[in-house]
Amino acid sequence: MPILDHDDLEALWLTLQLATVTVCVLLIVGTPLAWWLARTQSRLRTIIEAVVALPLVLPPTVLGFYLLIAMSPKGLIGASWLQFTDSTLSFSFTALVIASTLYSLPFVVQPLQGSFEAIGQVPMETASTLRASPLDAFLTVASPLALRGYITATILGFAHTLGEFGVVLMVGGSIPGKTKVLSISIYDHVETLEYAQAHLLSGGLLLFSFVTLLIVYTVNRRLPIRVL
Amino acid sequence: MNSLTARLNIEFPNFQLQAALKIPDKGVTAVFGPSGSGKTTLLRCLAGLERSARGLIQFQNCCWQNEQQQTFIPAHQRSVGYVFQDSRLFPHLNVKSNLQYGLARTPPSQQYINWDQVIDILDLRPLLRRQTHRLSGGEKRRVAIGRAILANPRLLLMDEPLTGLDTPRKREISYLIQQLCDQLNIPVIYVTHDMNEILQFATTLVLMDRGKTVASGTVEEIFSRLDLDQYLDQDTIGAVIETKVETHEPEFGLTRIGFNGKHLLVPQQSLQIGQALRVHVLSRDVSIIVGPPPKHTSVLNTFHATIVEIGPMLPDRHSVDIKLDIGCPLLARITRKSMSLLNLTPGQHVFASIKSVALNHNSQEIL
Repeated sequence: MPILDHDDLEALWLTLQLATVTVCVLLIVGTPLAWWLARTQSRLRTIIEAVVALPLVLPPTVLGFYLLIAMSPKGLIGASWLQFTDSTLSFSFTALVIASTLYSLPFVVQPLQGSFEAIGQVPMETASTLRASPLDAFLTVASPLALRGYITATILGFAHTLGEFGVVLMVGGSIPGKTKVLSISIYDHVETLEYAQAHLLSGGLLLFSFVTLLIVYTVNRRLPIRVL
Repeated sequence: MNSLTARLNIEFPNFQLQAALKIPDKGVTAVFGPSGSGKTTLLRCLAGLERSARGLIQFQNCCWQNEQQQTFIPAHQRSVGYVFQDSRLFPHLNVKSNLQYGLARTPPSQQYINWDQVIDILDLRPLLRRQTHRLSGGEKRRVAIGRAILANPRLLLMDEPLTGLDTPRKREISYLIQQLCDQLNIPVIYVTHDMNEILQFATTLVLMDRGKTVASGTVEEIFSRLDLDQYLDQDTIGAVIETKVETHEPEFGLTRIGFNGKHLLVPQQSLQIGQALRVHVLSRDVSIIVGPPPKHTSVLNTFHATIVEIGPMLPDRHSVDIKLDIGCPLLARITRKSMSLLNLTPGQHVFASIKSVALNHNSQEIL
């Protein structure tokens, strides 16, 4: 019976931290973005939608490559980061969060946008005739009605971040305890022919992903809230 | 005194609204017109739901909208209650939370509505714990009306709150609306395309047609005009008279009602003496008699009348409407043939006999 060694546990812990932080950032950034996309009649909408969906089709290494350049001490983001924080951005946990956020963006924005579009203008209007300010109406009417979208977005964003490999490898390297995540651990085990450990980690991720999707579909079917 | 003055203009790809509106500070103002005439759009503009509307809205001493000064008070700051045609209850909240939604957002200084009173009038107590999707159509309407009123509005807008309900439900809810409107001390704007609802609730009437407000005035004024019949239901042309109950004649099953020193006998009403009663006398139920006062007639209600105005005689219509003065305006519809036989002219003294009146707007009574 293979057991997880110290490195694997560290990678697991790091991966969970990364996925949690990434999802939180994504919900904060993704909510206004999805709301805007669902409401706007601006021509920019199509362009922004395409940009948000890019990570779905772009090879992760391509995204990783550009991010690596941008976050290097001489890059656009990396230079200003160095100036403000006095530390380099590339190969840090923060770099992983930024990269994961971009990489998982469509998995959060798209379900939210779909929910917001399904809700439509009517409940917000109704709330405004009952003295609710737009923010109040969003928090007390639109958000609860979009609950399914939020659950789907959270789970998909979390699961997708758990499984990323290419982007993380490019911008984070593989520094144990700092940027070495689960999927990289699996790759390393396979490289060094430690199939037992690779099996354990892979099987664990497979099971987790399946259960996750099962929850998403069950929730979507069972949730009692019906949009008008 | 007017509480709301509005001049509004809004353009959509295939519709334009051009409305001018003045409504009094109390009572129900009905907005009447065929569907597609812009009634709902007008309400939405007043509520602040149409950002692209141009013009001016002055409510009491507040300016809600002024194009020139770039003022636009958003909907949530207008203190307007809105009963939508389709109820629009929040599906994620139960009935009680729906009812509390606007109330909870009303500053205490602006609260004047008594929760228990509204809940009791609308009989909402048994529904409080229910989920909204388990309500019937009539129950949904009642909750929607309650929710709008409990938000303590300064102006209440109702958009066809009875449409789509079956007749018993309609009767029940229209009775509740009447009770609430009687007790509320705020102006109510009531959109409808049902003439009976106007006769039942409204004191003021605004007629709309193809995006324009074509006439407005008290219900009695509008119903006594000869130039508006194209905007009204042909079956409902006729004067509306405000009367008071004077005496009952139980031996004949009749009640005597009075207006401007004149009397009408109507079938006995279960009303107190002195109570107000609005009657609608259809023009087709009024006939004109020229000559000496008729002595032998079975019609009880015959009045001295002066011809005020003769409506247009259209070649494609066999009848013509005539406006009479019997102490209050009265419309009579006679055939063009009678018109030429009797040779009527404005100012002429005649007799008008009323064959039947509509009371409570649900039944026609033969007299």
